[in-house]
Formats: sequence, C-alpha cells, structure tokens
Amino acid sequence: MTTSNMSAVDYNFDVVRQFTVMTVIWGTFGTLVGVLIAGQLIWPALNFDTPWLTYSRLRPLHTNAVIFAFGTSALFATSYYVVQRTCQTRLFGGKLVAFTFWGWQTIIVAAIISLPLGYTSSKEYAELEWPIDILIAVVWISYAIVFFGTLVKRKTSHIYVANWFFGGFILTVAVLHIGNSMVIPVSGMKSYSIYSGAIDAMMQWWYGHNAVGFLLTAGFLGIMYYFVPKQAERPVYSYRLSIVHFWALVSLYIWAGPHHLHYTALPDWAQSVGMVMSIVLFLPSWGGMINGIMTLSGAWHKLRHDPILRFLIVSLSFYGMSTFEGPMMAIKSVNALSHYTDWTIGHVHSGALGWVAMISIGAMYHLIPILFNQGRMYSIRLINVHFWLHTAGIVLYIVAMWISGVMQGLMWRAVNSDGTLTYSFVESLTASYPFYFIRFVGGVLVVIGFFLMAYNMFKTIGAKDNSLKSVEIT
Amino acid sequence: MSSFWNIWVWVLTLGSLVGCFLLLRMCLKNFAGVEEGESMGHSFDGIEELNNPLPKWWSTFFLLTIVWAFFYIAAYGLGGWSGLIGWKSSNQGILNIAESKAKTLEYSLKDSGVLVQYDREIAAADARFGPIFAAYAARSIEDLATDDKALKIGQRLFIQNCSQCHGSDARGTTGFPNLTDKDWLYGGSPEAITETLVKGRKAMGMMAWKGALGGEQGVKEMAAYVISLSGRSVDPDLAKAGKGKFAMCAGCHGADGKGSLASGLPMGAPNLTDNIWLYGGSKRAIEETIRNGRAGVMPAWLDIFGEEKIHLVSAYVYSLSQD
Repeated sequence: MTTSNMSAVDYNFDVVRQFTVMTVIWGTFGTLVGVLIAGQLIWPALNFDTPWLTYSRLRPLHTNAVIFAFGTSALFATSYYVVQRTCQTRLFGGKLVAFTFWGWQTIIVAAIISLPLGYTSSKEYAELEWPIDILIAVVWISYAIVFFGTLVKRKTSHIYVANWFFGGFILTVAVLHIGNSMVIPVSGMKSYSIYSGAIDAMMQWWYGHNAVGFLLTAGFLGIMYYFVPKQAERPVYSYRLSIVHFWALVSLYIWAGPHHLHYTALPDWAQSVGMVMSIVLFLPSWGGMINGIMTLSGAWHKLRHDPILRFLIVSLSFYGMSTFEGPMMAIKSVNALSHYTDWTIGHVHSGALGWVAMISIGAMYHLIPILFNQGRMYSIRLINVHFWLHTAGIVLYIVAMWISGVMQGLMWRAVNSDGTLTYSFVESLTASYPFYFIRFVGGVLVVIGFFLMAYNMFKTIGAKDNSLKSVEIT
Repeated sequence: MSSFWNIWVWVLTLGSLVGCFLLLRMCLKNFAGVEEGESMGHSFDGIEELNNPLPKWWSTFFLLTIVWAFFYIAAYGLGGWSGLIGWKSSNQGILNIAESKAKTLEYSLKDSGVLVQYDREIAAADARFGPIFAAYAARSIEDLATDDKALKIGQRLFIQNCSQCHGSDARGTTGFPNLTDKDWLYGGSPEAITETLVKGRKAMGMMAWKGALGGEQGVKEMAAYVISLSGRSVDPDLAKAGKGKFAMCAGCHGADGKGSLASGLPMGAPNLTDNIWLYGGSKRAIEETIRNGRAGVMPAWLDIFGEEKIHLVSAYVYSLSQD
C-alpha cells in the first residue's frame, strides 16, 4: 500500500499532491501571520506604522489563511484522496478537478492582496469582497460536482462514513457561503449586505458558527474517519455510533449560531434556541471522538512508536475538550462572563490548533510518503519533534488565554461597594500583557513546528523514489 | 414575525429534537443484521467497521439533554411565544428611551408576569446603592469637592464614562477640552458643569470662513492675527490685514477675542488670547480651523447617569481645577 502505482485503479493523485504541498505551505504562512499579530498585541510598534501591516488588516488575513488556505486545502487534499480510495474509482470531472485547485489558490492569493489593502465586507470569516465571493461560489460548486460525481460512479456498494462527513460539509458550506454573502455591490471592491440589523447579525453567525461546525468539524471528522483507522490499522469502533452522531451533528449544528449573540438585540427565543441546540449538540460531537479513540482499542501500544498516530489521537483529545467547552460557553450565564474575552480566543485555538491542525498534520504525514512514492517521511524524528513543539505551543496558548479570559471577565464585572465598576477597560488590558506574551511564545513553537514540517516534506519529495524505506514498528 | 414564520420555527425546532430522539432510539437497537461486536462485512480501502453498541453512558446522557431541551424551551419560549416563566433579557423591540421606560414600568407591576433580567438587575442595584448616592446628592458640589470618598466615586464614574474622550487624567486631547485648567467654554461653576453634563453641549459651530475671508490669503491673514492675540510673534503685515476683518469673528469670540464666555454667552466660542487650543495651536491647525470650521458636541448624560451620579461627576470635574 506504499505507492499509488501498485493499485489497480488509475487514481488522480496530481491534485492531491498539489493540495497537500499547499496545505503545509499555507499552514506555515497562516500561523506566521498569527504570531506577528500576537506580537503586535504586546509590541504595537510591530505594525511599523504601515497601514497594510496593522492588526486590523492582518487579523482577517490570519483567520482566512488558516481556515481557508490551510484548513480547506487540507480538506481538498484528503477528501479527493479518500473519496477515490474508498470508492475505488478515479475522480469525476476531468479538467474541473484542476480548476478547483487553481481556482482555490487564486482565491487565497486574492485574499492575501485584498485584505492588507483594507478591502473587507467586515463580516467575520467572510471578509472577502464580492468578486472573490463569486469566485469562491464557482469553485465550491465545482468541488461539489467533482466530489458527488465521484461518489455516483463509485465501485463499492456502500458510501464510507468519511464521505458522509465530506459530503455534508461541502453541501452546507455552499449554502452558508452563498446565503451569507448576498450583497449589493456599489463598486468593484465594495458592497453592502442585503440583510440589515439583527437579521444581518443572525445571518453572519449562522454562517460563522457553521464555518466552525461544518468546515472545521464535519470536514475534519471526514479526515479522522479515514486516517485514524488507516494509521492504526484497526477497524472503526462502531458503525451505529457513526450513524447517530453524523445525523445528529449535522442537524443540530446548524442551529447553534445564536449563541454568538447572547444578550444582544436578537430575539430572546432565538438566543434560547441557540443555547439549547448547542447543549444537545455536545453528545453527538463526542460521538466522533469516542469512535475515533475507541478505534485504537487493542492498538494503544502503537502510540509509543508512531508520532503520526500520536498527532491523530491527541487531536481527538483536543476535539473532545473544545466540543465540551463550546456548549458550556453557549450557556447564557457562562457566556455573560466569557463573551468578548480572551477565553473565546483560547477556545477557538484549542479547536483550531488542537483539533483541526493536528488531525491535518497527522493526515499529511500519512499522505506525503504515499503520494511521492516513499515508504516513510524523510525524518520520523522530526515528526516527533514537531509533535512536541506543537503540543507544548497549544498548551501554552490556551492556558494563557483561559487565565486572561476569565480574569478579564471578572475584572469587567467587578464592582465597588458603591456600585461603580472597579476597573477601567485599560486596566484589564494591562493585566493581560503577561498572558499575551505566553500566547506569543506558544505561537512561536507552533510556527517552528510548521517550518520543520515543510523541511521534512521537501526532503521527502526531493528524495529518490522509494529510497526512504518504511520501518517495521514492533 | 408573522404566524407563518412562528409555525416554521416551531416545526423545525421541535422536529429536529424529536428527530434526534428517534434517531437515537433506532441506533440503540441492533438493526445492522450482524452480531454486536462483529464486522459489518464491508471494507473500504482496507477499513472495516464494527457493529459495536452505543456506549450506555453516552446514549443516556444524550437522551437527558434532549429531554432537558423540551423543558428549557417550555420555560423560555420559542418563535413568538415568550414561555412559561415570562423571562426576557431586556425590553426588546423598542425604539427609544421613553418606550423603554414605559415598558419597564409596565413590567414592574407585580401581576404582569414578565421578568426582565436587565430591569431587575438595575432595580436591585438601585435599591442597594441608591442610598449612598442619595446621601451625596443632598450635599453641595463645593462641599463634595473636598470629600475624598465622594471624589473617588466621581473619578471612577469619570474613568468609566468620560475618559474615552477627555482622557484618564481629564486633560483632554485634540477636539476634547482639558478639564483641569481654568479655561472653560461653557463655564466652570458647579451649576454650569452640572448643566453641561445634564443637557450636553453643542457648539454653535465654527463655520468655514475661507469664502467670507476672500480665499486662502484671507485665511492666512486671520490666522496670523489670531496667533498674535496670545502674544506669539507673527508677520505684522499679515496680522494687520487679519485684524481688519476680525469684526466677522467678534460676534462670537468678542471684539477682544476673549471668547463668548467672557461676555456671558453660552455659545462655546473659545478665548483666543490664552494660548490654549482645543483643535491645536500650530499655524497649520489654526489655519485649518479657520478654513473649514469646527463643531464640537458633548452628549447629554442625564438618561445614562441620572441626577445623583451626575452630581458626583460634577463634583469631581469641579475639583480638578480647584487649587
């Protein structure tokens, strides 16, 4: 199973290779921008008095780069790989396949240029302006045609569970993106939303939370369902659990958006429904973690020697942690403390760096040797170093944000004996600086890890075919 | 919302929850056609799936959250129905402060059956802290300005609400007056300060004078004269030309340029002779002010603070310029 040439089906691995390489490059780029803006929060001079290097413009670049450049490239690479392997057929769509790659990379480059120049729709995670939004819609529909076309012409009788999640995420992201990006253009790079007021806010967080729920959760569960059993060489724990948690997850997640708008002008009942659905979502979310981790039963010893498996399993632990934390933060009275504080930032990053990045990194380390005709990565030791750097980085990051977030929430609500607020905003900011520094250090560790990964990848690609022999782990 | 959308919300919300329950019930049974714990018998790229049952703790917990969801929705409402306990986070759907007050009054009646969280918290805070402020309200501002405890409260209110424009040290910044000097636009007496806070102030407005002064040359001449008023050296010819046209400015700033307050008028036209500059004292800034005009606004704080808190903020602001 080490090389693609050995399989009977003529798979299209070109596009998988392209997306795989770009995943690693964009992961390095996106986290590097993240570290720069984390630095700016401590040392504002790091914007060098240059408009396109200011925090306000680079922050959307960071989020777009990690979600849509890194994360989505990983999803393209893995979904194209998995759907071919588990359907035993070549990708459907001919030239459309290459279009999805070049189209998506064009979108990313357009983001890297337009966001620092200050073009923004001001909607979080949907900042890109309308011409780019149209291109996203076109590429995404092409992606859906390729993916579902491949499912239709599959050679297997059933559709494997990983493909349910990939399919669910592709469909929903299309609906979310098109729904939320409805605008009236007023010039080449400026537009206004067709929604107004609280409805606009609700649309935005319906989109925003499901960018998390479908793109960053369902999509990556698709990755999990293939790469965890594959790397562990164990069967999936429970078919029935995968059914119940898949359908419950996709039907409940779509409701959870209003928890971003607690105590706002959104009608109270909508806030309540957002909270209720977020809490009912907790167990279905954990279904994926249970199925992934229990798949390892009988093979736990492999964790001792296989850093790739370690990435995959630790990612599931972070997934379980953040999908527990999320419903808790969706409770109105908890949200009253956590909202607008760094706790939210910590929560997002335990999901993004812990779950999304680690499962992707694990999948990429699994894929790269297969795609480039090698038995293993250039250096297993470097994978191991990457694992520890990344894990240490996340722990520093999220612990710092938890402390600073809870501290901010408590400082903002502290009152004196006369009922006046104890602290001014700027005092809570000053108190946050030490934690901003710890977060920055954590971010630096993550970026160093990504550079090692890029080095390891290029060394693997550059090596003579089949010169890196797989090592038998006993 | 129309009843169509309410029904839409009801059907989809409750349908989703019921759907989850039915799904769970289905998967609790072994419908797969193979023994529990056995492989499902299909293999995808070498991956098999086992037919293990759902973990008991997991399915129980999931069921409990679904049951809880129905209770919570019954208590807190759904799609146009406000629920059994009548809870509201705030008075929503209102357009102004008057409507808000009317609603608060309506719901505060004991039998209204509506609990507005915001109103209740504000009422509780007022009940608890009200006496403290009432005691201070009974004393004069001059008296409070020497009371450290009162000033401390006034300062905290100032830092939370006023520092965004006037600065944490109340020294102001471009466009926002320094409150620690003795230079006042609308008066520094306790009464004047209180009036500024209660009603807010809107400068009559420094209009754009470029046209009336005969273009850019006129602007330069007037700037030179204005600068000369506070004793700074300027090109005497320019200043002389500017002085000739100063009658246009005297209506607000006074013939001697000492500002509207010197003549007891509440226009907010600054004294031009004291070298204190609200919008900057450089030649460039003064020319800009004359060329394009300025308009300053201080918002009214009565609805936000209430009279008693304004009393303490006034005392704090008043104290800043007392020696």
